[in-house]
Amino acid sequence: MGHEETVYDALDHAHGGEGQWAFGTGFDDPLAGVDTTVPEGIDPADLGAYCLMLGDDALVLCQRLTQWVTNAPELEEEVALANCGLDLLGQARLLLARAGSVGVLGRSRTLATDPVPDEDALAYFRDPDEFRSSWLVAAPNGDFGQTVVRLLAASAWRLALFARLRESRDPVLAAIAAKGVPELTYHRDHAARWVLRLGDGTAESHRRAQAGVDTVWPLLADLFTATDVEARLAATGVAVDPAQLRDEVRGVLTLVLERATLTVPAWPAEQPSRGRAGEPGPELTALLADLQGLARAHPDAVW
Amino acid sequence: MSTDLTAEGGHGAVPTGPEVPVEPKASTARRDWPLYEVFVRGKRGLNHVHVGSLHAPDDEMAVHAARDLYTRRNEGVSIWVVRSADITASSPDEKDPMFAPNGDKVYRHPTFYEIPENVPHM
Repeated sequence: MGHEETVYDALDHAHGGEGQWAFGTGFDDPLAGVDTTVPEGIDPADLGAYCLMLGDDALVLCQRLTQWVTNAPELEEEVALANCGLDLLGQARLLLARAGSVGVLGRSRTLATDPVPDEDALAYFRDPDEFRSSWLVAAPNGDFGQTVVRLLAASAWRLALFARLRESRDPVLAAIAAKGVPELTYHRDHAARWVLRLGDGTAESHRRAQAGVDTVWPLLADLFTATDVEARLAATGVAVDPAQLRDEVRGVLTLVLERATLTVPAWPAEQPSRGRAGEPGPELTALLADLQGLARAHPDAVW
Repeated sequence: MSTDLTAEGGHGAVPTGPEVPVEPKASTARRDWPLYEVFVRGKRGLNHVHVGSLHAPDDEMAVHAARDLYTRRNEGVSIWVVRSADITASSPDEKDPMFAPNGDKVYRHPTFYEIPENVPHM
């Protein structure tokens, strides 16, 4: 044979032939070479609070997506949803680590034992009212139709945001956003494909997709009103005012739903975000009990 | 095999750009999801190489599933999928008539020449 027997052999060969390609290879550190000092004139407390909002969104949606593992309709789709979740977990880790590095840790640092890194302390040792995730990501999965509608809405919003955050004055936020854009593009694309197929599929798949739309739509109300933190950071070029995302998000969702022959509900009456204000809701509280239970029961556990 | 044979091979890599896909494709019910064979071209590899198979409702979703199942660890830069039913294969029963005659044709191998040192890949 003049060329490699398999792509895996080729991969192994390309990375020193250590036979460890299964553990990942050729990965880049998205923060390599990035200046991590907080830019002048930026309140670290605001920056950390903003990172918590975006990090918590990713962490909570990741947890929702991974709830499909062992339950998805097909093995292939199970892996797809888990992959999206893992992308989001990667974003959450970077954002929570950034929050920790600028000193926004709250009580979590005193609850977590010493060797626990900041990102884990924030993920596992904050109480529900210290989370800043939106209600869109905390809502239960529902059926598969509702899950892909929510994934479409959440990834459309986050992609619109991250595309703009690539220009953030905070180099770390900009680097995290640059890493996230291709990931979120894929999530949105994947979810849109399913919404199209379910909406324009069988009578039953259409009914379920429409029910998913009707359930998810009211949750959009919370996403487009800036908190005080977002408003201050947007004014200094660090954050993006979520109101700027409305037209793009609404346009994408409307386009996909119409092509999927689904009825686009009336735009919900916008209101300040309850999740960002620290109002967790019972669904997030239950989710966090699941997510945090092991770490809190065995704080020194390693694996 | 009594499958209708088509000769529409040579699919290129299917791009998944940043645009939101808006053209739904006719899908089949889940119980009918066909089997696809997946070929991946590695970063250094010259050719697309068969890596496995999967079930998907249609061609586009098969590419997506292949991305998620077979290129999670940077294995590839290009994916082909083809319905397994569209592959025409040689039959194991024909192994001897197909391949045995090549075994003793030593003159088909360029082993009687001195290969110059600067000729690679021979």
